[in-house]
Order: sequence, then C-alpha cells, then structure tokens
Amino acid sequence: MKVDASNPLWRFRGITSTAMFFFAYLYLPIVVLIALSFNENRLATIWTGFTTDWYLVALSNDDMLRAAQNSLVVAVSATVIATIAATLAAMGMTRGRFRGENGVSAMLVLPLLVPEIVTAIATLLFFVAIGIKLGLLTIIVAHTVFCIPFAYLPIRARLEGMDPSLAEAANDLYANEWQAFKRVTLPLLWPGILSGAMLSFIISLDDFVISYFVGGAGATTLPIYIFGMIRIGITPEVNAISAMMLLVSIIFVSVSFLIDRIRY
Amino acid sequence: MSEVVISAQSVGKTFGAGPDMVKALGGVSVDIFQNEFFTMLGPSGCGKTTLLRLIGGFEQASYGQILLEGQPLNDLPPFKRPINTVFQSYALFPHLTVRQNITFGLEMKSVSRREANARADEMLDLVQLAEYGDRVPSQLSGGQQQRIALARALAPAPKVLLLDEPLSALDLKLRKEMQVELKRLQTETGITFVFVTHDQEEALAMSDRIAVMQSGQILQVGGPREIYEQPTHRFVADFIGDSNFLIGDLVEAPNGGRAINFGESQVINFTQDVAADKSNDVTVSIRPERLDIVGADSAVANQLAGTVRAVTYFGTDTTYRVDLDGQATVTVRMQNGDGATAQFAQGDRVGVVVPSDAIRVLVD
Repeated sequence: MKVDASNPLWRFRGITSTAMFFFAYLYLPIVVLIALSFNENRLATIWTGFTTDWYLVALSNDDMLRAAQNSLVVAVSATVIATIAATLAAMGMTRGRFRGENGVSAMLVLPLLVPEIVTAIATLLFFVAIGIKLGLLTIIVAHTVFCIPFAYLPIRARLEGMDPSLAEAANDLYANEWQAFKRVTLPLLWPGILSGAMLSFIISLDDFVISYFVGGAGATTLPIYIFGMIRIGITPEVNAISAMMLLVSIIFVSVSFLIDRIRY
Repeated sequence: MSEVVISAQSVGKTFGAGPDMVKALGGVSVDIFQNEFFTMLGPSGCGKTTLLRLIGGFEQASYGQILLEGQPLNDLPPFKRPINTVFQSYALFPHLTVRQNITFGLEMKSVSRREANARADEMLDLVQLAEYGDRVPSQLSGGQQQRIALARALAPAPKVLLLDEPLSALDLKLRKEMQVELKRLQTETGITFVFVTHDQEEALAMSDRIAVMQSGQILQVGGPREIYEQPTHRFVADFIGDSNFLIGDLVEAPNGGRAINFGESQVINFTQDVAADKSNDVTVSIRPERLDIVGADSAVANQLAGTVRAVTYFGTDTTYRVDLDGQATVTVRMQNGDGATAQFAQGDRVGVVVPSDAIRVLVD
C-alpha cells in the first residue's frame, strides 16, 4: 500500500492493527458463514470435513427454489418500474427550475431515511385499508417505492454532469425531442440508469422487513424462507443459500460500480 | 445591398416574472443580409446571446418576431429551422465518432448514408482534419474540437450559422488562427454567419457588419471602420478601442461652418452632420491617434492649448497625457517613426491639433 505521509493519521502507531480489527469485525462473520457452508456436519457450528453437498441439497430444494423465483420476480418487476420512474424524475428535476424544487428533491430520497419498520407497517395498513389481497403484487408495489431513491441518485448524478447544450445541439441538428433523447441523452445516461437499476435489484433481493409484513401467506421470498429455516435450526444448507445470495449481490454491486465509472 | 435573411422586428425577451423579472432583450430590430459575417458585440449581459438563442429557437421571444427570408420563425422549434449553431462548449456528442457527429444532422434530415458520408469527408477536408473521422471527441485538442463543431454545423448547409463565442476557450495564438479560418469558411461556403462575442478585436477583424449591444439594446450597427471611426454613442466609442471624451457647446463657426466651443474661447471646427436637437453640453469622442501635438507657439489651425502632464514611451508610439485649459485630460498617441518630430516633456505648454473630421458628436 502506498502511504501518503502528509496524512497525520499515518503517524498513529496503532493504525494497522486498528484497521485490521475493523475489517475483521466487518468481514469475519461472512467468511465464517462461507467456510461453514462447506462443512460436512449437519450441525453448522461443528467442523468435521469438506463437502459441496449442501449446495446440491439447496439447489434441489423445491421450496427454496420457489422462494428464489418469487424473489427474482419481485426484484425484476420492482427494478424495472422503479428505474423508469427514477429516470423520468431525474430528467424532470434536472431540466429547468421550479418552485418547491428542493422540497421535491428531499421527498424523492426520503424513503432512504424513514425506518424500514415504519414504512412496512404503514404500507401494510394502507393495503389492508384499501382492501388489496396481500401477495407478490403488494410486495412488488412496496419494493418499487423504496427502490426509486436508489435508482434515482446515480441517474441524477449522471444528468447533472451532462452539458445541457448536448440536447440543444441535437435539436439544432434537426432531431426532435424524442430523437434527441434516444440518440443523445439516453446513450449518455445509460451507465447511470444501469447502475441505478442494479442497485435497486440488490436492495429488493435482500429486503426482509417490508416483504415479511406485506407479503402475506404464500408469497415467500428468499430472505423470508431463510428466516423460516433458521427458526427450525441452522444447517449448512442455510449457509450455502446465503453464500449464493452473497455471490449474486457482489456481482451486481461490482458491475454497478464499474458501469458507473464509464466516462466519455 | 443583397437580400435580407434574418429580420428581427422589435424582438424582446424577459425571464421570470414579478419582482424577479429580468429584461434580457428590449425590443430590438435588425436586418441581417445574405452571405454576410454579422457580429453581435457587447459585454456579458447585454442580450447578445439571448438574441442568438432566439434566432436558433432555443428561447421563445416575449414579444416581436423574427423572420427568416420573410417567413416568421416564432413557432418553429430548433429542429425545424434551417439554422445551425456552434455552441460555446462545442457540445460535440462524446459517444459518437467525429464522422458520426458530422453526419448526425444529415441523418436526421433523412439524407442517405452514402451521401452523408461523402458530405462528412467534404466537411473534414474543409476544416483540414481529413484524417480524424474515426476518432472520438475526447481524443481531440480544443482547437480540433472547435473545427469539428464547425464542420458538424456546416454539414447540413444551413441558411444561417450561429456562433456563440466559439473562440473564447482557445488560447490567444489559436484564437488568431481560428479568426482567419472562420472568415475563410464563411467566404468559401457563402453561408450567413451570425457571431456573438465580447472581444472587440475579434469583431473588428472578422465582421462585415457589427451590432454593438448594451443592456438589451442595439446601439449601433455598421461596418468595422464605421463603428470605430464614427461611433454614435459614448458606450460604443468607449467599448471599441480607446477614446477621449470632451464636453462642449455646438456653435456657428466664424467662417460659416459648424464648430464646437470647449470654453475659454477654445473653438474647434468639425465636419460631421449633426441633428441639432441639443447644442449645449454635448459629448464628443476623439480617438487618441487622430490627435497631433505641436509646440504652444505653433500656428496650426484647430488646436486646443494645454500642458503635458505625463509622457509614456511604448516603442511603436508615445502617449502624451495633456491637461487641456478649462477641460479634461486627453490622451494623444503619436507614432514613433522616421517622421516623428514631436518631443515634449512633462510640464511643457503645447497645442493639441484636432482634425475637423476626427470629432464625433455623440447621442448621449
């Protein structure tokens, strides 16, 4: 590691051990979880030997696969709807100023700050009050709401960094509004859109609290299924499923990060 | 004079409403002719860019109208106007190659791909960047990007090309080169150029006609020589080049001509035709290089007496600051050459000779 001597923090002797402790605190549990997913013993906490059987068990577990499928349906639907809404919102917020702009801007990202349990209960009560049957649809609606700010922020950042005369130049060169959007704005915006979409997808895939409240019986997503398994007892199968989810998350977040770094 | 291409008729533009209202352009009328290099010159906030954006269709006029070859443009969006723009930031599409940038407008006009590519080659030749078609804009220098922006705007052969301070981002040497280049392109293509700048030298060097603007108004329109030698407003005389301003009363000259009395019986003849709506306390402008400095005892006509306050030597010329009797201080610029005889020092009594055609009586 290249050490920047101008940073006075580096003169603090305990810096290395402090940092190591910090990272261990963050990642050790995850490392243990992954290691134990290869444990031969039925009891997840006692190591007896290496095996990949638990992955096979997990992948042939129909209930688990059904839950994973539900999660995918929810995540994909919520991501698509949230990303489209976020793109439109970002375009609206960037073009021209209007009264109350700051307020609208704050409202857009407010779901990030509201305690999830509050959102979950409020959404549940709302669905019950208007008489919608709880199920996958209600989960999708609820997920769409909290995915919007995650999709909105990277798209907005992209748009802010874009020269407004680019769209004008397209108009000037005989492209109507739609053609200008399709040929100039969208291609320049897509890294932001994709990055926002991937973030939304992961957030939706991981969500437990809101899904648990508004899902009702029958609409079991993967996190809810895992929670159910743990209540019966932790087997390495749970570890294997969790490790696979982690892998998916890491892939998506990395791709999202790399895409967002695309610059022209 | 040739045909009118753009005709602005009492065009005004205000932004915002109520107490925040900003008057960007206040009822401006001007005709721009076929095949001319027309420059709108003024300080920032004078409304020159607003007028340009109104012609381009990026803003809607609050009142008045703009005609293109006699047809009102008001309701046409930018993509329906046969007018192209070179933006201050160039606004090249960063995700497209140079060639794709140039063919963009042609494609939108449904020109065939083969024809568009041929046209792009022609444009690249015109701006002397024939080898650069497959690069992307970020691989080009500022000057090259500037040329591509020009090629892109010229490719659809617009009736009018708008240029919004396109040289302001270039360094001085490149800017001088591009001034020559722009003039060449305008002459070669025969397209009407409407150019916006705050740089008076740039305006004088390139333009066929210049409109000098201030506070949302056009003060004077004319050729570079006319604008420089016969300014109508104090602002014009001050903004373009250096000028001396004196205040005097218009009087009948002893020999029957027109004259101006600067007080203390300092009376100077002048030749300009002046509408006599005001004759006391008029402001006149005199360019420093038109003045001549002579010894106090010299018998040359049309001279004002004064005392040399400061002498500054600049190599090619020498500048004298002279306190005129009963008047302000004037600057006299004398060229240093073979024929230069004037040698005066601080404190010398001198006469400042004012040629009768060097005096411009200003409107305000």
